Amino acid sequence: MKGSIMTSSPTFDIAKIRKDFPILSQIQDGKRLVYLDSGASSQRPTSVLDAMDHLYTHSYANVHRGVYQVAERATNAYEDARSKVAKFIGAPSANEIIFTKNATEAINLVAHSWGRANLQSGDAVVLTIMEHHANIVPWQMLAAEIGFEIRWVAIDEDGMLDTSNLDVLLDGAKMFAFTAMSNVLGTLTDTKALCAAAQKAGAVTLIDACQSVPHMPTDVVDMGADFIVFSGHKMLGPSGIGVLWGRAELLDAMPPFLGGGGMILNVTKDGFTPDGVPGKFEAGTPPIAEAVGLGAAVDYLNELGMEAVREHEVSLTAYALRTLTETVGETLTIYGPSEPAARGGVLSLELADVHAHDISQVLDEHAVCVRPGHHCAKPLMRHLGVNATARASLYIYNDTDDIDALAEALVQARDFFSI
Amino acid sequence: MSGLEELYKEIIIDHYRSPRNKGELPPPATRTEGFNPLCGDEIVIYIDVDSNGVLSDIKIGGQGCSISQSSASMMSAAVKGKTVAEAQEIIGGFKAMMSVHGDALGDPASEATAEPEVDLGDLEALKGVVKFPVRIKCATLSWNTLTQAIDEATA
Ligand SMILES: Cc1ncc(COP(=O)(O)O)c(C=O)c1O
Repeated sequence: MKGSIMTSSPTFDIAKIRKDFPILSQIQDGKRLVYLDSGASSQRPTSVLDAMDHLYTHSYANVHRGVYQVAERATNAYEDARSKVAKFIGAPSANEIIFTKNATEAINLVAHSWGRANLQSGDAVVLTIMEHHANIVPWQMLAAEIGFEIRWVAIDEDGMLDTSNLDVLLDGAKMFAFTAMSNVLGTLTDTKALCAAAQKAGAVTLIDACQSVPHMPTDVVDMGADFIVFSGHKMLGPSGIGVLWGRAELLDAMPPFLGGGGMILNVTKDGFTPDGVPGKFEAGTPPIAEAVGLGAAVDYLNELGMEAVREHEVSLTAYALRTLTETVGETLTIYGPSEPAARGGVLSLELADVHAHDISQVLDEHAVCVRPGHHCAKPLMRHLGVNATARASLYIYNDTDDIDALAEALVQARDFFSI
Repeated sequence: MSGLEELYKEIIIDHYRSPRNKGELPPPATRTEGFNPLCGDEIVIYIDVDSNGVLSDIKIGGQGCSISQSSASMMSAAVKGKTVAEAQEIIGGFKAMMSVHGDALGDPASEATAEPEVDLGDLEALKGVVKFPVRIKCATLSWNTLTQAIDEATA
């Protein structure tokens, strides 16, 4: 991973990439659409749409049930997607990949299944102040039921995780659930060091990798993680599919999450025997076409190369930090680490006292799509002392023109509200 | 920028910059909180209702965008000193103005048809919000919170 600042990479042809995303070619009020909300949900290339379309047109049936050829093709397509995802994140086995509805469901799965089996009153779960509500509320719900303590790792002035007292926080903790990259600040965490610290303390780790898996190489074994979760819709895949990866021993020992068809070996009037992983955690008809779409998204990203994706985003983030500060001036605050290599392409912006909603409204007039609000991270927002920010988030199809358009629109917003 | 100017009327910006009746009231005033979970806007409304059923004082706290803050400010000016019944009439009139075919989150393409029966004065400036359906929630947050506060104060 390079921290060097480049304006373009020879392997990264953005004009070509943009052609693969039909939605980006639309004109809004005579202006080129500037999509800067991939942190919330990315767009998807035609290859993903085609893969799903192809399944529905030629090979759709329910999976793991039929003996006829079409059903077998559907099952193979679904399981192929599982293998592609496994390989993409360096998972030792495809059976360790559980398809869920989204990352939120994956975290709830771990909280309900692993949490209920392993947490007791008096235990501690450690989170960071940067977590998305998806990695807070499931633990709070369980804490209310079981009565364990939730401890919080703080951040420093630059938005980096403050690990100075991590050993104290981890002492006696059973679970350390943390983000790999903040969806508000863009801060990257040192996942490997955090997993090592947790392991030393005897705590299991869950990494919310929603914002990192789409944007940089991932190797779950190298990280030393126990569980990681992410969502398909933030990585060029469709909505309705998420991923839980867990170490096989942990998954094997966990009780099922949802009960129903597809997750059993046997059912009698007296009870049931659950299937092995991954089936045990995939009750009911799974998101079949969505899995196939996610598989195609993984293919697309592999084609680009995740190193190259990361390089592109570091250089574009560096360009954005520089350009926005220069063009808009003092009135603009950009939250998060100042060093592009320490962060992802998520820029939370504040324009003097103009509220994020009002900024975003003006930006929309310029066909610039950003997200106002608390970004489902209210504890972090409270810590930062802001109610809402306008968040611009970058991906593979964004270029310096998008950043220039954002800068220009921010200047218009500044002038419109005369600050 | 005609669309924007329609939304951000001068009087809206004025109320946003210099909000009226900002602050808190001590107990036994009724204190009610309202949240817009989508954007994190928070509002706190304090009201005093005297023995004659008059909304004798109102204060507004919290944070939010220009639309939610100016709406709250104008609302406070409009209802202060009014009877609960009069205030409720104003609330009804404002909500009617904010609704698109009676549905506050209806089809964004349709024009507002409901004409308020009450004279809303400055509040009419917020009419442009109806054209920006996402922002209707910003404009109505304080009003829904006031309704709740009145219910609590008169319960
Ligand atoms: C860091 C992080 N965690 C979790 C989520 C939740 O993802 P989903 O809504 O797809 O479950 C998001 C996305 O909003 C996120 O950015």
